[in-house]
Amino acid sequence: MQPKTLYDKLWESHVVREEADGTALLYIDRQLVHEVTSPQAFEGLRLAGRKPWRAETNLATPDHNIPTRNRDRGIEDPVARTQVETLGANCADFGITEFRMDDPRQGIVHVVGPEQGATLPGMTVVCGDSHTSTHGALGALAHGIGTSEVEHVLASQCLIQRKSKAMLIQVEGKTGPGVTAKDIVLAIIGEIGTAGGTGYAIEFAGEAIRDLSVEGRMTVCNMAIEAGARAGFVAVDEKTIDYVKGRPYAPKAEDWDKAVAWWRTLHSDAGATFDRIVTLKAAEIEPQVTWGTSPEMVVSVSDRVPDPAQEKDPVKADGMRRALAYMGLTANTPISEIPVDIVFIGSCTNSRIEDLRAAAQVAKGRKVAANVKQALVVPGSGLVKQQAEAEGLDKVFVEAGFEWRDPGCSMCLAMNDDRLEPGERCASTSNRNFEGRQGPGGRTHLVSPAMAAAAAIAGRFVDVRELGLRP
Amino acid sequence: MQKFEKFMGIVCPLGRSNVDTDAIIPKQFLKSIQRSGFGPNLFDEWRYLDRGEPGMDSSGRPLNTGFVLNDPRYTGASILLARENFGCGSSREHAPWALLDYGFRVIIAPSFADIFFNNCFKNGILPVRLEEKTVEGLFAQANGPEALRIEVDLASQQLKPEGGEGIGFEVDPFRKHCLLEGLDDIGLTLQHVGDIRAYEQRRRAEAPWLFFHS
Repeated sequence: MQPKTLYDKLWESHVVREEADGTALLYIDRQLVHEVTSPQAFEGLRLAGRKPWRAETNLATPDHNIPTRNRDRGIEDPVARTQVETLGANCADFGITEFRMDDPRQGIVHVVGPEQGATLPGMTVVCGDSHTSTHGALGALAHGIGTSEVEHVLASQCLIQRKSKAMLIQVEGKTGPGVTAKDIVLAIIGEIGTAGGTGYAIEFAGEAIRDLSVEGRMTVCNMAIEAGARAGFVAVDEKTIDYVKGRPYAPKAEDWDKAVAWWRTLHSDAGATFDRIVTLKAAEIEPQVTWGTSPEMVVSVSDRVPDPAQEKDPVKADGMRRALAYMGLTANTPISEIPVDIVFIGSCTNSRIEDLRAAAQVAKGRKVAANVKQALVVPGSGLVKQQAEAEGLDKVFVEAGFEWRDPGCSMCLAMNDDRLEPGERCASTSNRNFEGRQGPGGRTHLVSPAMAAAAAIAGRFVDVRELGLRP
Repeated sequence: MQKFEKFMGIVCPLGRSNVDTDAIIPKQFLKSIQRSGFGPNLFDEWRYLDRGEPGMDSSGRPLNTGFVLNDPRYTGASILLARENFGCGSSREHAPWALLDYGFRVIIAPSFADIFFNNCFKNGILPVRLEEKTVEGLFAQANGPEALRIEVDLASQQLKPEGGEGIGFEVDPFRKHCLLEGLDDIGLTLQHVGDIRAYEQRRRAEAPWLFFHS
């Protein structure tokens, strides 16, 4: 038999029909739903007199728009409140399970799905959110879709798709101390560029990826989209199976055994061919800090801000100059001399329990620097929050001067009132450093949770491996 | 969806690469539960000097006159000329909704982000990928003193710049058909109900755990 990639296996097991031109109808096992990209889809169903094909395959929770403090007051912004209430009404009308704001299981969709076992190895998973690639960490085919496709999946359980090309990114060898999943994925994006993965589905492999926990793999897959790839995934191994076991939506009894037997086949076969292979050496990766307005504008913490004068491509040099002007930075400044105003630890990239532990380890017994105006910790779900509190992490953060909040997307995209003011500079564990992403005029530097905590303590970017801040 | 018919339109040149969907339509406008009305807030942070909020009347807001959309040469533009990786970032379909609401029917760029590219077709917008060199040539013309006008003919897959040579472009035959006919994807998919049911029956036997609660 022809050796297959993991992508081939995930794809082939979900093709309902295929046209001669290669367009396929792909079956979707799970759709996650949130308040921002769903109202127009539900409205479309209603206008066409359609019902969800299998309502039970959808799982909803509000996350983008909701406040992360004073929840007992409800949502003060009337427009946001309408949107969250609309999600509630739509889920009630169409028989879709929703974890509402007062439910301890509420959180960021991409944290909630795996946490509940609602996203599983071998599944096709979609959501009206580009960071759906996160679920690929479990060996699932998961990608973001627009609202028209949200409606399409609700109505038919299928999507019209064309198979992407297959890319293998191998991170060989072991990472050094203080180098995390976030640093690995930022280094990958720095290597292939924000459009490097366009048209591809990416399999992340190699010793450094296998060495990551499942949560770490989620951080890597989460940012596949920042490299342009809609889907990123990692082969199933024993860590994946252990992670899934016992979760509320995970299969039980004989179903479990049957599922595990199939999941164990979810890896690329020896000799499978890829359209592109990229190899990185883990030992060469240092803690990363973005300096510009695209995730590919990234360097090691020991580097300096790049100089557009050294860039030969005039369009690229122009983009660099524009980014430096927006970021208020001067070329050749050492990264470790850049002070920060705000620190944000959270988002679907880095708000799981291991992320909070890594940040707390750095923060423990230390104080947020005087020049840092605000340092936020926003857990990814109510259950992550409970777990962190059971471990006393909330106290570590609060004693160090961080604010401990309720779960949601928060300052990653600043749809609620957690946002940067113009000119404020933020060390953020989120995924996008686009202009205005964290608030109009706000300046975002993407880093790992340990690096964000270290920046909060030092008041500037600092290598966690120095100053005894090793996580 | 409206049928995509041949038309002649003014080209607005947006000379930046990696234009993301956060820039196309900033997050505060995503709180709407409607599909329409996003046009006045297209490129809001680049287009205006103040901070836009949902529900604000944009007609009296201070304009950033340096931004290309505010250049009188490009008033009424229906074709957006862009650089590589246009539409990267968030999957928000509000981005094509905003472009369409403003009046753009065609976007020309050397490359597009996948999700955005796909979302365009769902809304009657034609994204056209052209060689970098060809795009450069169009930028040179569109940046000239007189606005560049192009006739877009999807049926024959031709762009005809006024007074210039025709430029052919590639488009997925299925997508082309849907645009020309104004077809709704869901209706097309639901013609295959039998295939979907057959798949589910097979899959239920292979992977019963995927058919939870049912």
